[in-house]
Amino acid sequence: MAAGTLVGQAHGDVVSLSAAGSWTAEYARTLDALVEAAVHTKTAASVIAIDVAQIERIDTYGAWLIERTLRAWKTRGVDTRLVGLPERHRGLFEKVQAGTQTLSALPRRENRVIATLESVGRTMTLLGQDVVLLFQMGGAVVAAFLRVLVRPHTFRFTSMVNHLERVAWNAVPIILMITLLIGAIISQQGIFHFRTFGADIYVVDMVGVLVLRELGVVIVCIMVAGRSGSAYTAELGSMKMREEVDALRTMGFDPVEVLILPRILALIIAVPLLSFIGAMAALYGGGLVAWLYGGINPTVFISRLRDAISLQTFEVGMIKAPFMALVIGLVACVEGLQVQGSAESLGTKTTDSVVKSIFLVIVVDGLFAVFFASIGI
Amino acid sequence: MATNGQTDHVIKVRDLVVDFQSHRVLNGVNVELNRGEVLGFVGASGAGKSTLARTIIGLLPKKSGIIEVLGVDIDKATEEQKRAIDRHWGILFQQGALFSSLTVGKNVEFPIREYLRLSPKLTTEIAIAKLEMVGLSPDVYREYPSELSGGMVKRVGLARALALDPEILFLDEPTSGLDPISAGDFDQLILTLQETLGISVFMVTHDLDSLHRVCDRIAVLGDGKILEAGTMEKMLASQHPWLVSYFHGARAHADWHVRVKG
Repeated sequence: MAAGTLVGQAHGDVVSLSAAGSWTAEYARTLDALVEAAVHTKTAASVIAIDVAQIERIDTYGAWLIERTLRAWKTRGVDTRLVGLPERHRGLFEKVQAGTQTLSALPRRENRVIATLESVGRTMTLLGQDVVLLFQMGGAVVAAFLRVLVRPHTFRFTSMVNHLERVAWNAVPIILMITLLIGAIISQQGIFHFRTFGADIYVVDMVGVLVLRELGVVIVCIMVAGRSGSAYTAELGSMKMREEVDALRTMGFDPVEVLILPRILALIIAVPLLSFIGAMAALYGGGLVAWLYGGINPTVFISRLRDAISLQTFEVGMIKAPFMALVIGLVACVEGLQVQGSAESLGTKTTDSVVKSIFLVIVVDGLFAVFFASIGI
Repeated sequence: MATNGQTDHVIKVRDLVVDFQSHRVLNGVNVELNRGEVLGFVGASGAGKSTLARTIIGLLPKKSGIIEVLGVDIDKATEEQKRAIDRHWGILFQQGALFSSLTVGKNVEFPIREYLRLSPKLTTEIAIAKLEMVGLSPDVYREYPSELSGGMVKRVGLARALALDPEILFLDEPTSGLDPISAGDFDQLILTLQETLGISVFMVTHDLDSLHRVCDRIAVLGDGKILEAGTMEKMLASQHPWLVSYFHGARAHADWHVRVKG
């Protein structure tokens, strides 16, 4: 089968073009060039007729190219005709002729400065809404907690234990691994730089204070936010998508009490435990590196550690853990319940949940630092 | 358009067996799609209708059997022939399967760009022409799939399936999830396009109305086999218990019998 052709003949001011061959998608590229050339040929003709009787095969592509040619001439005031249209192609041509091809103009670009300002404004309002939602959720959780205190038998203990296993027990290996490495890295860096001053032994002070006061809990919280916060958001989000949350509500249950309270309580129990395990693993890692790399004997390390840190250092770290757990849990649940019908929104909300909870964990850590500094600890 | 000599069957399936792990879904299916006809596939949920369609289009592996598309045995086809087949069929997935990161226009243009390398102007024009053919306004060209209603998504999906003027069109439950009016319009659209473009249509459906309105022939899938194939009259006359409950059941319309007999 050969590509389509378009041959012309002029009789006075009437130009007859005869189309033949295959006017199909395969040849659309050649045909496009062919009809473009035909349209751009200078002609004084007042009538142009295209004869399509000789076309063997035609599809939407061919029909549109012929239609486009006719339209181009029509706009130049030439009288156009389509002749020899076989019955079997009539429907196709009618469909193509019905097309308007009118695409409304692109909306005018806004002023870039105004657009930026507008987006900043929108983001700020959204941020404000986020804060409000967070406090609302906090209030709802406290209310649910108080209700449960009055009627303890309504508490979903099994659910909480299940979540506890997932967020605490199953997280132990990865938390151990990460905190051990962090402790080891801090210790190595400390020894490397302190050695220049001959102050190797102070690395024990640094590792002890840093790990117990700050890093232990913050690293654990970041891990928990990424691991469990995202899981909470995804679970609640998919329950919201499948209308499970609505089903609960219509049966007279409070989703906060049934779904959210056990999750948040599980986190509040899990994060201090994990922080403790993490802090111990980090000290172990730090001690190991101090011994192997810095030549500080474990006995020396432990006795130095005893001098460097007090129980208070440890308490300052641990007291933060439940608050951070609460923040992670609240953010995860707020985001989860904001999921709309689509799978995309589940994805975005899960990402938002992790980003926001890690951000807030660090903000809360900063607030605690300011607080402890002002009361002189 | 054809990649081979004339053949009456655009699709021919012989003794097709498909397993899902240890579970046999299709057990010796024999069916063919004639050129220019609309073949409707029915069967109970889980009977393997979609499995059959997905096996023919190559998304699922088969255990044994022969699938011939446009006269080419899929197993023996060269890469070039496979590409030619891909270009000659269009598939409308149940949920539309539009690329969510692309606008409606780019979705329809996607296969055109990949296969034909036309000028940008012609590519856009064809995409708009296709959108208008499926009854959409050219203005949806710049919208994203997430901004469309369910019926519009199906229409855009159809426009994309038709982008290359295919010979075979697969429709997986085209009217599911549409209200009766939209479903009726969609049936009409399929019918018109099938007539104007001369496509052969392989349609999996649950919708008795579309079966009645659109399909030339109906094949019934059950127990991993084709229980019955033929015209609506044949279906209505069949004594097979499943067919009797399907075509004469509570959801069947009394007026079909009248229409068929009259």
